[in-house]
Amino acid sequence: MKAAVILFPGSNRERDVARALRHATGQEPAVIWHGDHDLPRGTDLVVLPGGFSYGDYLRCGAIAARAPIMRAVARHASRGGLTLGICNGFQILCEAGLLPGVLMRNDRRRFICKMQQVRVENAATSFTRGYAPGQVVKFAIAHGEGNFEADDETLRAIEGNGQTAFRYCSAAGDVDRASNPNGSENNIAGVLNERFNVLGLMPHPENLIDPQTGGIDGRPLFAALAA
Amino acid sequence: MKARITVTLKPGVLDPQGKAIEGALRSLSIEGVKGVRQGKVFDIEIDGEDRSGARAMLSEACERLLANTIVENYAIEIV
Repeated sequence: MKAAVILFPGSNRERDVARALRHATGQEPAVIWHGDHDLPRGTDLVVLPGGFSYGDYLRCGAIAARAPIMRAVARHASRGGLTLGICNGFQILCEAGLLPGVLMRNDRRRFICKMQQVRVENAATSFTRGYAPGQVVKFAIAHGEGNFEADDETLRAIEGNGQTAFRYCSAAGDVDRASNPNGSENNIAGVLNERFNVLGLMPHPENLIDPQTGGIDGRPLFAALAA
Repeated sequence: MKARITVTLKPGVLDPQGKAIEGALRSLSIEGVKGVRQGKVFDIEIDGEDRSGARAMLSEACERLLANTIVENYAIEIV
């Protein structure tokens, strides 16, 4: 597994992602500057980390989505290459058109930073096959703009194709209004593209790989990618 | 030549910032506000005097960067 983590001005979770990848694969991922035009030869997995790329100017992820390296990321994704966007990385993938929908301001207007249960909706992908279908896992969330929105037709396609990877839920696994932290349509916390090789999610699985810091529910995601 | 581009949220898209501003206006006792929607304005200076060429260029700028047309509309005004 050869992984590349893309570094944008204002990214701040790249070290967390690198640590999770190192833990899972035993290898150091390449860290690639946004101004570069190419990924390292033989890259299997591209990760866009969380943070506040370009200070969230214009719209979250909008400027980063037009960075030179994103053309190489789009080529990688169109070849079927695995691409993972976490938090700001998810916003960037939506802005780049590699994932459907858009992340809007949280409906309750607050930046949220807490642990959050999510339910695994599609456990048959390269990213999620380490989980059981319907499994409830605990990740961390930390975002002000994680409210996933798409038009009705897009939403129907996402749900119909099984493109919802994770849904916000209660500890008991109930998907309801009370367990939706940010107003996302259908409690969507993570979404896949039609080919299931691109995943974006607002929660931070990379921060749940060590029992000393809250739990290890993020490990199966990285282990599945490494396998 | 100068242009002004106005980007607004499409009707029906939730605007938490607009809601917050609406609440702040109310707390200032500014009466009669029925609703607030926040948008963005871009003032752009353009080379040359080709108005139709400028309009095409600005449309492309809106489609490719300035607006996210999933949730936003844009209007171009050349002044």
